[in-house]
Amino acid sequence: MAQRAFAVTLPFVWALFAAGLVIGPVVAVIMRAGGLGGLGTPEYAALWFTIWQAALSAAVSVVLAIPVARALSRQQFPGRGALIALLGAPFILPVIVAVLGLLAVFGGNGLVNQIGGWLGLPRIDIYGYHGVILAHVFFNLPLATRLILQGWLAIPAERFRLAASLDAPMGRVLERPMLARIAPGAFAVIFVICLTSFAVALTLGGGPKATTVELAIYQAFKFDFDLGKAATLALVQLAMGMAAALALFALSPPAGLGAGLDRVPQRWDGRGRVVRIADFCWIGFAALFLLTPLAMIIVSGLPGLLALSADVWSSALRSLSVALGATALTILLALPLATKLGELAGLLGVAVSGLVLGTGLFLLVQPFVRPAEVALPVTLLVNALMALPFVLRILRPELDAAREDYGRLAATLGITGWALWRIVLLPRLRRPLGFAAGLTAALSMGDLGVIALFADGEHATLPFQLYQLMAAYRIEAAQGAALLLLMMSLGLFWIFDKGGRANA
Amino acid sequence: MLGRTIVAGLVAASATVAAADTPVLTVYAGDYFNSEWGPGPGIEAAFEARCDCDLQYKTGDLLPRILLEGERTEADVVIGLTSDITKKARDSGLFAPHGADMSALTLPVDWTDKIFLPFNYGHTAFIYNNELIDTPPASFEALLDAPDDLRLVIQDPRSSISGLALVLWVQAVYGDGAKAAWEKLAPKIVTVTKGWSESYGLFTDGEADMVLSYTTSPAYHIIAEEDLTKSAAIFPEGHYFMVELVAKLAGTDNPDLADQFMQFILTEEFQSMIPTSNWSLPAALPVEKWPEGFRELPMPEKVLFYSEDEAASLRDTAIEAWRSALSQ
Amino acid sequence: MLELRDITLHLEGYHLAANAEFKGRFTALIGPSGAGKSTILSMIAGFLSPSRGQILWDNRPLDGLAPAKRPVSILFQDNNLFPHLTIAANLALALTTKRPTPAQMERINAALAQVGLADMGTRKPAALSGGQQSRAALARVLLQDRPLMMLDEPFSALGPALRAEMLDLVAQLAADAGIAVLMVSHAPEDAKRVADQVALVADGQLFPPQSTDRLFADPPPELRAYLGV
Repeated sequence: MAQRAFAVTLPFVWALFAAGLVIGPVVAVIMRAGGLGGLGTPEYAALWFTIWQAALSAAVSVVLAIPVARALSRQQFPGRGALIALLGAPFILPVIVAVLGLLAVFGGNGLVNQIGGWLGLPRIDIYGYHGVILAHVFFNLPLATRLILQGWLAIPAERFRLAASLDAPMGRVLERPMLARIAPGAFAVIFVICLTSFAVALTLGGGPKATTVELAIYQAFKFDFDLGKAATLALVQLAMGMAAALALFALSPPAGLGAGLDRVPQRWDGRGRVVRIADFCWIGFAALFLLTPLAMIIVSGLPGLLALSADVWSSALRSLSVALGATALTILLALPLATKLGELAGLLGVAVSGLVLGTGLFLLVQPFVRPAEVALPVTLLVNALMALPFVLRILRPELDAAREDYGRLAATLGITGWALWRIVLLPRLRRPLGFAAGLTAALSMGDLGVIALFADGEHATLPFQLYQLMAAYRIEAAQGAALLLLMMSLGLFWIFDKGGRANA
Repeated sequence: MLGRTIVAGLVAASATVAAADTPVLTVYAGDYFNSEWGPGPGIEAAFEARCDCDLQYKTGDLLPRILLEGERTEADVVIGLTSDITKKARDSGLFAPHGADMSALTLPVDWTDKIFLPFNYGHTAFIYNNELIDTPPASFEALLDAPDDLRLVIQDPRSSISGLALVLWVQAVYGDGAKAAWEKLAPKIVTVTKGWSESYGLFTDGEADMVLSYTTSPAYHIIAEEDLTKSAAIFPEGHYFMVELVAKLAGTDNPDLADQFMQFILTEEFQSMIPTSNWSLPAALPVEKWPEGFRELPMPEKVLFYSEDEAASLRDTAIEAWRSALSQ
Repeated sequence: MLELRDITLHLEGYHLAANAEFKGRFTALIGPSGAGKSTILSMIAGFLSPSRGQILWDNRPLDGLAPAKRPVSILFQDNNLFPHLTIAANLALALTTKRPTPAQMERINAALAQVGLADMGTRKPAALSGGQQSRAALARVLLQDRPLMMLDEPFSALGPALRAEMLDLVAQLAADAGIAVLMVSHAPEDAKRVADQVALVADGQLFPPQSTDRLFADPPPELRAYLGV
């Protein structure tokens, strides 16, 4: 009994700890403000816009991801691995870089309008609600695709063989149960990501009608210095995120697809001519939609890349070390949190306002140390908290499956504690761990600084330098830095992901 | 206190050793300020040459950071505050009189503030590409009446200082008619960005025909890029005046050094660095001493400006006019 | 000797009572599926705690002991081998979670030889046939060297001939090592083949074990219902 009490308590403590890391700073802001502030018409309008654009963005991302992931899971072709890695790219792009790329394709003078111009079509404007949705789908379609693809790959080969031998419809016996398990979670995470959208809504939204809650927080904090209103909005945002997460967690059935030996799934559907053509159309659509903006960033960035200053390179190194440190911290936090409770606690990190988190941490550490001196640990912590929800979403299903399959065997053999992780769980988690680490590293690479309060300016990160270059009219250098940032984000992701997928 | 000192000492050991016997002047500045192409490094070198001290910048969010830190702030001096948000700064009581002689000022407006000392200025203006637009709108009114396919990008007044200046500009020109003016402008506004840099990037990428920026923006293209294609549209209704300010913290540990720095602001040495590093107009330098490229810039005849109290009281009205017109 | 003393277990929509002593060398638990045979093994192994009552081994209560501290080893229906470890590494886990010493390696190789897998130690489970995997799992259970070996529907994935062969091997190796066996099976012919005692689980109840010969010669009504005779 003691054993079991221990097993229940430890994840609880970890979840409480993770939740405290997010809630503590918010409380600090509220206390400093001396209470919560009231909301007016602009704030309610922002709230409504935030909710419906997040829901629509998440729905479109997941719905489009299903055929793309299905096609990728059952068609073999040269360069498939590289394509899957590349299709993940938009999700890990720094927002400003991605927006530049999207504009190069969909903007006023973008590819689409140029081609449309030759064909005599009317000019398309990206700015507005549809621009926000487009950008969010661009960012999140890769995430949805990867999550669903992982779901496909987690179905044991034996199941496919069984379904094939029974001539059973793959969709009904294998795909729908998998989707019922994976899709609500994917929707939840994307919904919550889009809830905190800030720069996208502002750059592509086309005006105040596309104001999100996060922007309202920024406004309240930066110009009005109205901490009470900022904290109220942050709480509203947290509540929305958690409500969404709770609702969808309740709908999402627990993992129950069983274990198989780790073989590459061999499938018997997807071989007909029509199916193959449809599949490759979907893959082509995804590649075109997701990769063209990247290509545009590369083309416009090359001239500036060769002329980057030493400052930019040293900030690139700094970003690299932040990314690696944040990755290590995230994985250390994530492994004990990969339980249902822990995942809920971790979700706070994506629903919380980065600005309020940074401000709260600032208030918390300021009485003890000079904030600039803890800039690095705080940066790592904030990045880790922001990445945790993704990492947990990726790790938990696999970890649950590993525990279900081998937990009893390990228990009878007396494999507990660190040995359990080393011998049983970690080897089973290689692929998702590689993916999760790559994601964290890339997201941290793109971190601009909710931590602007902590920065002393001499330790700027690469995205920060990019903004500075833009603010200093150095557009070509900025494009070069954007390309460097893109290469480093993708490079880090590729290395980790590759490490996880080797032999898997 | 002792614990805090020890922690600080341990963490910053290397920096502390180097700076042990030289007094340090800590200057809070905006993000761009201390980048290699910003005005910070030149000012630092020039001041250190005359003060035998170590000037250190801490860049980031200026006012929110000072207000958060309150009495605990390490800053001795803050550089880069703008006039439209100084009321909050003044009300905090954290700043002390600058004590500088302001007779050398060459601003287009009278400036008598005893706490906030100007070091550069500019005016809001719409910038266009003169190769693509032969006849830019000749007045604000003409801009409102321009065909709706004239594509503008502006900044959000709730997150950007230039965006705030724009709504105050419209307020100053149109008063109660501000909302109607915004309604005429709305169809031409392609998008509203969070900050100035995104807007300007969209403009240089050809996403927009005109961008809200400053009258001095063409100078950068002329001097740094030898590109003569960018011009500011000058409107007879007047242009909104924007000034950047320096202030001394009342609680500074180095009052003498801080005073010395305040005295340095309006010297010719300091002022002559402003145009080609801050890409704005020096606050105390006669036109004949401006660099070539600035002297020739067309400047507005009329300058519009709200005092800090007026700006503070009109702000919500001006922003609401913008918001409600653009939300339709 | 294993004893279940006044055990009751309440789970959601499920109720089980057991009160029995297991004196046989090889006892089979038989009964319809869903009757609770595997649940009984889970309680003995320590994965589940009974709502009331005690489980004793040689008159010593096992309550509160972690699964690894109990005098039992267990062969599951599946997932007996970690797929990412070699056969030898899988076996080594019965002895240590660290790197096995040379002496331990010797025991591992001996156990492999006992089950006829002498040179398979360096392979991964996926490289073995189903029967070979079962043998490897059996070798691991033997290495654990616990006085009671429990089998949960063993070898159900194997063909009848192979299964019979494996059951004989278990019976022989257990007898050689002086280990008692408790086997859950839904196949009466398995029980007849290797078990000296049989206990029936039916209607939420465990009936005390009886001699196999006597039981099948004159089945009580519950067994009749199950056997359909």
